[in-house]
Amino acid sequence: MLVSYRWLGEYVDLTGITAKELAELITKSGIEVERVEALDRGMKGVVIGHVLECEPHPNADKLRKCLVDLGEDEPVQIICGAPNVAKGQKVAVAKVGAVLPGNFKIKRAKLRGEESNGMICSLQELGVETKVVPKEYADGIFVFPSDAPVGADAIEWLGLHDEVLELALTPNRADCLSMIGVAYEVAAILGRDVKLPEAEVKENSEHVYDYISVRVEAPEDNPLYAGRIVKNVQIGPSPLWMQTRLMSAGIRPHNNVVDITNYILLEYGQPLHAFDYDRLGSKEIVVRRAKAGETIVTLDDVERKLTEEHLVITNGREPVALAGVMGGANSEVRDDTTTVFIEAAYFTSPVIRQAVKDHGLRSEASTRFEKGIDPARTKEALERAAALMAEYAGGEVVGGIVEASVWRQEPVVVTVTLERINGVLGTAMTKEEVAAILTNLQFPFTEDNGTFTIRVPSRRRDIAIEEDIIEEAARLYGYDRLPATLPVAEAKPGGLTPYQAKRRRVRRYLEGAGLFQAITYSLTSPDKATRFALETAEPIRLALPMSEERSVLRQSLIPHLLEAASYNRARQVENVALYEIGSVYLSKGEHVQPAEKERLAGVLTGLWHAHLWQGEKKAADFYVAKGVLDGLFDLLGLSKRIAYRPAKRDDLHPGRTADIVLDGRVIGFVGQLHPAVQKEYDLKETYVFELALAELLNAESEAIRYEPIPRFPSVVRDIALVVDENIEAGVLEEAIAEAGKPLVKDVSLFDVYKGDRLPDGKKSLAFSLRYYDPERTLTDEEVAAVHERVLAAVEKQFGAVLRG
Amino acid sequence: MKERLYELKRQALEQIGQARDLKALNDVRVAYLGKKGPITEVLRGMGALPPEERPKIGALANEVREAIQQALEAKQAKLEQEEVERKLAAEAIDVTLPGRPVKLGNPHPLTRVIEEIEDLFIGMGYTVAEGPEVETDYYNFEALNLPKGHPARDMQDSFYITEEILLRTHTSPMQARTMEKHRGRGPVKIICPGKVYRRDTDDATHSHQFTQIEGLVVDRNIRMSDLKGTLREFARKLFGEGRDIRFRPSFFPFTEPSVEVDVSCFRCEGQGCGVCKGTGWIEILGAGMVHPNVLEMAGFDSKTYTGFAFGMGPERIAMLKYGIDDIRHFYQNDLRFLRQFLRV
Repeated sequence: MLVSYRWLGEYVDLTGITAKELAELITKSGIEVERVEALDRGMKGVVIGHVLECEPHPNADKLRKCLVDLGEDEPVQIICGAPNVAKGQKVAVAKVGAVLPGNFKIKRAKLRGEESNGMICSLQELGVETKVVPKEYADGIFVFPSDAPVGADAIEWLGLHDEVLELALTPNRADCLSMIGVAYEVAAILGRDVKLPEAEVKENSEHVYDYISVRVEAPEDNPLYAGRIVKNVQIGPSPLWMQTRLMSAGIRPHNNVVDITNYILLEYGQPLHAFDYDRLGSKEIVVRRAKAGETIVTLDDVERKLTEEHLVITNGREPVALAGVMGGANSEVRDDTTTVFIEAAYFTSPVIRQAVKDHGLRSEASTRFEKGIDPARTKEALERAAALMAEYAGGEVVGGIVEASVWRQEPVVVTVTLERINGVLGTAMTKEEVAAILTNLQFPFTEDNGTFTIRVPSRRRDIAIEEDIIEEAARLYGYDRLPATLPVAEAKPGGLTPYQAKRRRVRRYLEGAGLFQAITYSLTSPDKATRFALETAEPIRLALPMSEERSVLRQSLIPHLLEAASYNRARQVENVALYEIGSVYLSKGEHVQPAEKERLAGVLTGLWHAHLWQGEKKAADFYVAKGVLDGLFDLLGLSKRIAYRPAKRDDLHPGRTADIVLDGRVIGFVGQLHPAVQKEYDLKETYVFELALAELLNAESEAIRYEPIPRFPSVVRDIALVVDENIEAGVLEEAIAEAGKPLVKDVSLFDVYKGDRLPDGKKSLAFSLRYYDPERTLTDEEVAAVHERVLAAVEKQFGAVLRG
Repeated sequence: MKERLYELKRQALEQIGQARDLKALNDVRVAYLGKKGPITEVLRGMGALPPEERPKIGALANEVREAIQQALEAKQAKLEQEEVERKLAAEAIDVTLPGRPVKLGNPHPLTRVIEEIEDLFIGMGYTVAEGPEVETDYYNFEALNLPKGHPARDMQDSFYITEEILLRTHTSPMQARTMEKHRGRGPVKIICPGKVYRRDTDDATHSHQFTQIEGLVVDRNIRMSDLKGTLREFARKLFGEGRDIRFRPSFFPFTEPSVEVDVSCFRCEGQGCGVCKGTGWIEILGAGMVHPNVLEMAGFDSKTYTGFAFGMGPERIAMLKYGIDDIRHFYQNDLRFLRQFLRV
């Protein structure tokens, strides 16, 4: 809402308060003033001039040579390029020495050999936005009414010595979509009175019923419809002061009748519509829902298809307006209009919102209906409009108001106690302070022993309950006066849940291990939605996606991590180690919330470690990724329950992928990206993993229990076994550990060999076995005996032989 | 013989002094103290002396041997020391060559901010509540006093999946969800961090996915002044002691009264600068007293219970704290960006 400071001053006394100060006060009390703009923008030296002569420029087709009276001793010669300049006009002249917006200084000049002493200005040159400049002056200079005084300050006559406050209104303060509403707000802040405009309608002896009748067939959409007939109007420009006010509020002036309806809209917040009575085509107005397939050509000359969800004003046969949104072209007020039907109605929000949505048509009128108007002021606004049309359009107001109404004003009464106000706010306001605030708001109230009973005025539709009054009290009392305290409550310790705490440990571990945390988008494209997913479900698609790229919810974190790796690689960051913890979304049916499961995923590519001057260089590979995960399982106390199983998964290398199994259940995987996918993402050798985080974090792990530190020396024996090359090291290791129980405490693989020195199809695996007995030092014989047992076991199970 | 012994001592000490290395020194040792050395020879020749002279010469000979022995030992220690020093000098390295790097990643800057805020509130007795990102219309809007057709729904253009299910537009649904779990009995004291989604075109200041942290306290006798005190405490811990906050009246359907909360600018101390756009204040939060409709819908008696709620955007806080200029950085995962957030 754009509020002219000077216009506002007509309703509430602003003496002693600058526009800037006012803006600060309003902001502090609850309505944010986004900016204060001085309309004159530093202009000076612009006066009203009278074009005495206007003839073609001798040397230029498009220029005119004008002689202009500026109210000084001698008229001056000014060269003007505007197509509409003409003899006899009153125009705005920037004199030599004048300054226009943008610090544009006017100098004496010669244009094609002719002297020019100033500039005849368009409104745009005076800083007015093109979209509000009246159409007839949009491409040329502005012309003042003929009675404008020559030599007077043109800026003043154009109402530009003014400042405009731009209010950012929250949805609850629709009351401030009107000058009167803003005046009440300002009056409450300043503790001053509101002066309401007067509307005295002089009616003729005719009766409106002889002209028109009104029937509302959809009273829930239109509880109140009122109208008046004004005849013998003369369409012409509205008074300059009205035009300048409309422009300051961002509305382009058209003609007196339309301008008056817009002026009332701004003043009362009540949208009005003026129909050309003679073009209505009947003597009745019927308000109803549109019929499916019906159409209307609106004022903007667009044919609009209507449905039963739209409300229309009809002449009994066909629509003449899309109610509350835009009038129809068929009944538009034109230059030859003589009789006007003014509509003042209360349309309810939902039906208007639907029309705005369906037709993409948001207007000053529809905005107000959408947010809710004050029906108690509807007829008042109608009266004022009729009076102004009589005054400024030469109209004659026909006697009586035509009306169809089911609306009854329900009084809103709210009670609140002083104790409750102070209890909720933590303040120590007195009865008198609260009473003063209510008085300033002009809320009628009674007070009895600290209980306030308030009759809420209809203009404040946002106030209905106790808390609304508490808020009014708080904002006008001033939040800077609110003390700062802390809740007095039983002291309960805060904290993270075990899951949250573990998840943080997992993050710190992965970061310590060298991975950076990534956060990627949850929305993805349909082709990526299920890729790499541990579990898949029917993809969940947005009803109205903004792009196909972000149209469905992801089921794996890997696709976007790969995108991040690719993004980095394209920017010369070749070595990437990222992890992400985030949700995937698995549908459980179309009309229920999906399962959201947290996943931990990672991507590794490029060098994992490089310390080049000492000759160290390690590229990320399967075992780097696996090592990171092994550490994680250690951290969570799960390593003994985790197994890696060779696996084949889509988009992963068939020979370099393992499922990760916890207690027999697959909870994740780790593997190399399939070369084809690698190419698709423009990556080099890349490894990925994804785990079901909840399975890991919710798995019960054993509590830490101290084990005595070994008191006796342990014995280490190495063993190199030749086996068929398809025997997995992990399986062999398990068998050794099993056979070596209880003395073998650790089995660790330290060499793998395949090659010339072994027969084809064989490999050698070398393990280091640590023997230990907590009770005593083992003898060589004891160790040897167990060692033999181990050998015998693996020979029997795998045909393993000692490597010679 | 006396003279001979004195002469031997002098000669020996001189040669010890001249010895350049351990081998030379050993040669001296063998030459003077060896079994065939001159001192032994002197002692052997003592038979020719008168008996009363013998003990004196014997004593003198031992004295000379001792002196030579000591000098040898001292010299040996010195030479050994020199040897060690030479060896160490030869082993010197260039300490300015790069060390073997320890691989270190770090949290995402949003996680940094979120965890810092979580910890601040945990210290004040809050627990951390998390909930679904795919929400029902009921929890996202209706339970928050935003019935269907409410004008404030315009403020949040949402990603709907079906008419009743959408991506949550704020973390506020957790208010209702948590209160329902409490079955009408306080105290409730939670903060809820999480991802939220709005139908915005991604640009420098908008992101269709972003994060929020919601806070909620419901109990008997919770006052708006408690909200102010809590948020002042928070602002001081997050942005530094000496920060102040101010409330500006605002509107949210789920709180009343509603305020927007500014913190005094940490860059210019309230003098006015680019960060605070010359105002001395930076908007960081929306907050208010829980609307009675929200309390009642979640099963709390709004006559006995009051509460406050607040919500903030970790992106905005991170952007302010670290001077980040484009919200898209948070979701591009450019390592040149991410690795700037390593330091404690």
